[in-house]
Amino acid sequence: MQKQLNVSAIKDGTVIDHIPTKALFKVIQILKLDEVQNMVTFGNNLDSKAMGTKAIVKIANRFFEDVEVNKIALVAPNAKLNTIRNYEVVEKRVVQIPEQVIGYVRCFNPKCITNAENVITKFQIISEKPIEMKCFYCEKITYENEIKIK
Amino acid sequence: METGTIELLLTIYQETMSQKSLISITDFSKEEYLKIMELSSKFEANPNQSLLKGKVIATLFFEPSTRTRLSFETAINRLGGKIIGFSDSTSSSVSKGESLHDTIRMVSNYADMIIMRHPLEGSARYAAEVSDVPVINAGDGANQHPSQTLLDMYSIMKTQGRLDDINIFMVGDLKYGRTVHSLLMALSQFNNPIFNFVAPPELAMPDEYKLFLSQKGIRYFEHLEFNDIINQADIIYMTRVQKERFIDPVEYEKVKNVYILKNEMLANTKPNVKILHPLPRINEIHTNVDTNPKAYYFTQARNGVFTRMAIISHLLNLQ
Repeated sequence: MQKQLNVSAIKDGTVIDHIPTKALFKVIQILKLDEVQNMVTFGNNLDSKAMGTKAIVKIANRFFEDVEVNKIALVAPNAKLNTIRNYEVVEKRVVQIPEQVIGYVRCFNPKCITNAENVITKFQIISEKPIEMKCFYCEKITYENEIKIK
Repeated sequence: METGTIELLLTIYQETMSQKSLISITDFSKEEYLKIMELSSKFEANPNQSLLKGKVIATLFFEPSTRTRLSFETAINRLGGKIIGFSDSTSSSVSKGESLHDTIRMVSNYADMIIMRHPLEGSARYAAEVSDVPVINAGDGANQHPSQTLLDMYSIMKTQGRLDDINIFMVGDLKYGRTVHSLLMALSQFNNPIFNFVAPPELAMPDEYKLFLSQKGIRYFEHLEFNDIINQADIIYMTRVQKERFIDPVEYEKVKNVYILKNEMLANTKPNVKILHPLPRINEIHTNVDTNPKAYYFTQARNGVFTRMAIISHLLNLQ
């Protein structure tokens, strides 16, 4: 039987696979894919042997540095990146949780100065599984289930 | 992390470090704690100084705190400095909607140092980033109040003659009380402390601090009420059990009188024991303790002036 792609193939670009279904739009937000001019296709609630259901994003003619794509590790820690050239997968990468998280996550603490003024948020990752990150300013810990993207 | 962001962060850290501020008790090393103790002692022996002559210190109190503000302002006056500032945000440009960022940028043009209290947590760290001059955190919401911890340590040093081998009982609200958390962090830098926590389950010492002590191999014990074991204490550090911390008022009613220190409870305690309290006290120390020589809380507040003189002169390299 011929295998059919739910999300059409791209000639050159990046495929981000194994995104948890709930994290799809967070990934789009973190990578600012809603602002790019490149062709972006995505699918959600796709069947996955490993995850049950998953989401996938394909970005044509766009290639990511590790530091850029590692940002999504906070919401999609098992995401895999495939670099595509001429319809072939030429590189596979897994995302890694960064040591510091700067500028794209909100501090969970409503009394933190970063939620009152225009301050670039800064966190130190103190645990990867589950994710725990300490705010540089209020020193409170934001836990994995409290992560909100700015 | 993007390269540009790393550079930005490094610059921020370097700028923050190059002009030393005191935002959190962990900003100081053990050596610095000891230097502050030594300086406090010198200033206590000779409180009228002119080290700050010609310097202007800003005290920015975005929320009122009479005790802390007067203590800092006394310290500045004793050092011979001049003071500018405000004692609550209604009398500042904040009431016109000015951001903390802009207020700090402006004041750091005028003053040689900024001492600030602000209701939002992390505000002092942010101010230190924005400011061109050193910042002392005089309380940022429920987060940090490091000068209180240093004056607590000076009080322990003065009364016990050491900061090593201290058996300390912390009593009352150990969950939300920032003073006990900071004092725990600071004392854990010294040899062989023993911590005894006396609190209701609702206000118990948070796990992260207990884990911190366990990882450092420091002994701690938990108690639900005062008992004979306080006879081993060198320091009894009392805090207020606040009604508003309880979800169920019935629970508060059950425990509200359990954590009250009375004079008769001190009968068999060690001769060197001292009772500390960050103040204000409500009813957690009975007034019949006040005349006991073991009561130290008012002298502790007095020590705050010398400790703050020491902090200011240390940060401005006046010694």
